[in-house]
Amino acid sequence: MEIVLDILSWLSLGLGCALVIIGSLGLVRLPDMYTRMHAAGITDTLGTMMVMLGLAFQAGLTLVTVKLAFIVLFVLYTSPVATHALARAALRGGLKPLTVGDDNVPVTRKEKEPAE
Amino acid sequence: MVHALSLGGVLAVLWLLLSGYFKILLLTLGVASVALTVLVARRMDIVDHEGHPIHLGWRAVTYWLWLLKEIAKSARDVAKIVVQREMPIAPSVFRVKATQKSELGNVIYANSITLTPGTVTLEVEDGYLTVHAIDRGCREGLENGDMDRRVTHMAGEFAEEEKA
Amino acid sequence: MFAAAAAGVLVAMALALTRACLGPSVFDRILAVNSFSTLTILLIAIHGFLTERPEFLDICLVYALINFISTIAVTKYIENRGFGPAPKEEEPGEV
Repeated sequence: MEIVLDILSWLSLGLGCALVIIGSLGLVRLPDMYTRMHAAGITDTLGTMMVMLGLAFQAGLTLVTVKLAFIVLFVLYTSPVATHALARAALRGGLKPLTVGDDNVPVTRKEKEPAE
Repeated sequence: MVHALSLGGVLAVLWLLLSGYFKILLLTLGVASVALTVLVARRMDIVDHEGHPIHLGWRAVTYWLWLLKEIAKSARDVAKIVVQREMPIAPSVFRVKATQKSELGNVIYANSITLTPGTVTLEVEDGYLTVHAIDRGCREGLENGDMDRRVTHMAGEFAEEEKA
Repeated sequence: MFAAAAAGVLVAMALALTRACLGPSVFDRILAVNSFSTLTILLIAIHGFLTERPEFLDICLVYALINFISTIAVTKYIENRGFGPAPKEEEPGEV
């Protein structure tokens, strides 16, 4: 039983670390701020969840696991709000999203009609 | 009043789980802080169905499980994009309709979109969300309206989506 | 094993710090610092297990909340040129 939990913990921690590194790598590699936000999203969601899951397997069913769950819950609740506030500020600040294709909706505060 | 009681209960459980001590002094301090927090929250007028949505009930739990699955799926997709040498991204900005009637439903939908990697909500207005997606797959996954339907169902609004 | 995980998180932190230094816009830097703070939470948690002192998790909890508040505050500051309410009269033009 011990060994199974250890292996699960190893796998989760390894996957979490890989995801966290990939997310940060995307933060460096991707071309503009809006696409970088998606890379940061990996770090904030699945990377954090996997690392904490790996730690939880080590801790077992104790209060430590409850605290880990609370940390994940806080991060999951706060990260989309922070990301959305940042994206909105960038849009208001005049940072233009890099887009491809012809069907882009121009984003301005004045435009009210739904573009259907 | 129901919301204040449930908020107090949640705070008390939070206190017990985070402290882990059951001495009489610490329990007294805990009761005092919970009472103070509920009192302040009531004075700020934020203890209502929006600040403390207990009416969602079990539907919220099943929605969370589904959302976790979606997060895992799209995180894998975005990670695949990042590790490839030429990075096949196709970012686009588009609008989707939010069919939820209440502001709470809208907020849950917008936050769920932002929480899944690959899509970020840029703007919320008049029942429409402006979304930035990193590639075509993420965009199509949102435009088929599956998440919208689930959020509407979870918010307890069995709106006229079948008729529309 | 925890040391390896901590090393992985440190590598990711270095990458996020690279982006924070490179910029180019202020929003890139805020994004990088936000990501860096999330990684700091992970590092503190792993460090708590590494030294077998689970009290570090309480610091993680506080750090998660401070991270959120600071990101919102800095974003508001950049957006409104101050901590006051949003300026109403000037509409931003085409973005």
